[in-house]
Amino acid sequence: MFRYYLKLGTLSIRANPMLSALMVAAIAVGIGACMTIFTVRHVMSGNPIESKNDQLYHVQVDNWNPDDPYDEPDGAPVQVTYVDAKALFDAGRAFRQTTSFKTSRVVQPDGEDARPYQEDARATTADFFPMFEVPFLYGAAWDRSSDETQDHVVVLSRELNEKLYGGEDSVGRTLMLNDAAYRVSGVLDTWNPVPKYYDVNNNPFEAPAQLFLPFSLAIASGFDNNGNTSCWKPIEEGSGREGFLASECIWIQMWVELQNASAKQDYMDFLNAYVEEQKLLGRFPRPLNNHLRTPEEWMKYNEVVDEDVDVLLGLAILFLVVCLLNTIGLLLAKAMRRAKDTSLRRALGASRAELFKQHVIEAGMIGVAGGALGVVMTWFGLRGIENIFIEYEFIQHLVRMDWSMVALAVVLAIASALGAALYPTWRTCNITPASHLRLQ
Amino acid sequence: MLNMKNVSKIYRTDTVETHALREFSLTVEEGEFVSVTGPSGSGKTTFLNIAGLLEDLSDGTYELDGRDISKLNDKERSRVRNEKIGFIFQSFNLIPELNIFDNVDVPLRYRGFNAAERKRRIEQSIEMVGLGSRMQHLPAQLSGGQQQRVAIARALAGEPRFLLADEPTGNLDSQMADSVLDLLAEINAAGTTIIMVTHELGLADRARRNIFVRDGQVSDNAPELHLASMAAG
Repeated sequence: MFRYYLKLGTLSIRANPMLSALMVAAIAVGIGACMTIFTVRHVMSGNPIESKNDQLYHVQVDNWNPDDPYDEPDGAPVQVTYVDAKALFDAGRAFRQTTSFKTSRVVQPDGEDARPYQEDARATTADFFPMFEVPFLYGAAWDRSSDETQDHVVVLSRELNEKLYGGEDSVGRTLMLNDAAYRVSGVLDTWNPVPKYYDVNNNPFEAPAQLFLPFSLAIASGFDNNGNTSCWKPIEEGSGREGFLASECIWIQMWVELQNASAKQDYMDFLNAYVEEQKLLGRFPRPLNNHLRTPEEWMKYNEVVDEDVDVLLGLAILFLVVCLLNTIGLLLAKAMRRAKDTSLRRALGASRAELFKQHVIEAGMIGVAGGALGVVMTWFGLRGIENIFIEYEFIQHLVRMDWSMVALAVVLAIASALGAALYPTWRTCNITPASHLRLQ
Repeated sequence: MLNMKNVSKIYRTDTVETHALREFSLTVEEGEFVSVTGPSGSGKTTFLNIAGLLEDLSDGTYELDGRDISKLNDKERSRVRNEKIGFIFQSFNLIPELNIFDNVDVPLRYRGFNAAERKRRIEQSIEMVGLGSRMQHLPAQLSGGQQQRVAIARALAGEPRFLLADEPTGNLDSQMADSVLDLLAEINAAGTTIIMVTHELGLADRARRNIFVRDGQVSDNAPELHLASMAAG
């Protein structure tokens, strides 16, 4: 009977083209609005490192002002000082650990005519790559030993490697950055985690760095920090770079990889002991306030998904509801128009259950059409958002519609159509057959 | 076959109560051709709707083939309608977007026959009403008489035990009406029980038994012409 009901649904849609088109349009517009916002929210709230969510932890230690917490009422700072980053890293108490900060380098391509240009870079440690499962196209990251020896090595993004070397295997080649020669140790495959969970303080939706360099080298060479820096204590006047490194200013992101709950507890004990030790040296004036947060917890803590997006999503859902109410009205009108057909089918032996199936399948067909058009509307909606915020480079990462969103749009449209069809179908199925059969 | 005892049908609104049938009793035996006549509003169509399980009765008992209809659920009532009863309506009630073949197919679909069996029955019943060459036509492409023949084919395709006809010739000219009545007589002769509601006493004469309904009850005071035809039958 399913095929028969599909045929009847097709005939009914053809027989009432305007009503059917209005229903499809109402569902499509509602789905389009809803899915546009939902897609943006979905991308914003995603966890690109879900598989390791229970092994990776962002480190927070509270070195802040005793009279004025970093974040009311008792939030710990979201980055760490160089002093703490180095001490915790050197202690090597985690399975893997990485410290990093955002910087930039001037790339000097080969060739006399090639002009130098600035690229975003990340100063980090060797563990950054295996910890965050960064894929390599060629070569590999530098050795852990380079974290100590300050070797001039660099890892390139795939995009930069294509720009500089036409996509060839450039491992071992020399690249000039700010007049210093670096050996290419590896080239990344496409890697663009959205949100950029490992550094949400510096725009979680911006594109990842094009260059990755050893942290120790960046510190020793005095690379500037291009990310956020916050200080609660003034830096000693005239102390220069050394004074900044020794200050209570926070500017470094620190992550550790801990393989199980026991390792996490051990590391937390270690952090607490470290802070207690620092307190004896006159630092960390606030009560113990250390945290290890998973990527998911970390993104939530930093409110990566803005509250406004949730408000917008709520409004979009309300809009969908309004569209569905219109669809219900249209379905009721259609049901009234077809009362005679329904009565006739009842008289000829259709049970309420059979009629229910027939109308639900027809509503499902409307839903599929609404969903398909809704996907198109969503695409236009996302392009609209992209155009409105075109000056922000990161916007392109938020308006990507993957297959799961396409499937969700269609499923949501079908569910919406079926939901909208329930009352009209119930009314239709309860028509007294005799009531319409004598109409001329 | 059909046995109604003291059947009442009351339509209620907030302020008005209308008694369409009052203690209506009737027995129809297998193979009969019964006409039901009566003035407008007398309850004859209500009787037909209840007989065809298209409406519930308010009181009384109705047995069809020995089964108490009031005890059946919706699925069982639908099955009885589908398997035992064929309907012929004054306004034909064909589905305009389906061709003749598919219109006749409608009750067979709910019967659950396979495609080959449905095809056999559809072709046989359409041939029987003389429209074998019009199977792919839409209802709008046929005359009124032809449309009523399609409705009869649809009613017969399921090989029902009895046909309920509500003013089957009401929308036809006299020549077409005669041909439809001839067809009904032929079907009855083949063993199918027919109950035909009509307000035209002349048409009622074609039946073998006549029932006159007045004020929702079977009446003994039938009109003169009608009584004469009853005597003749």
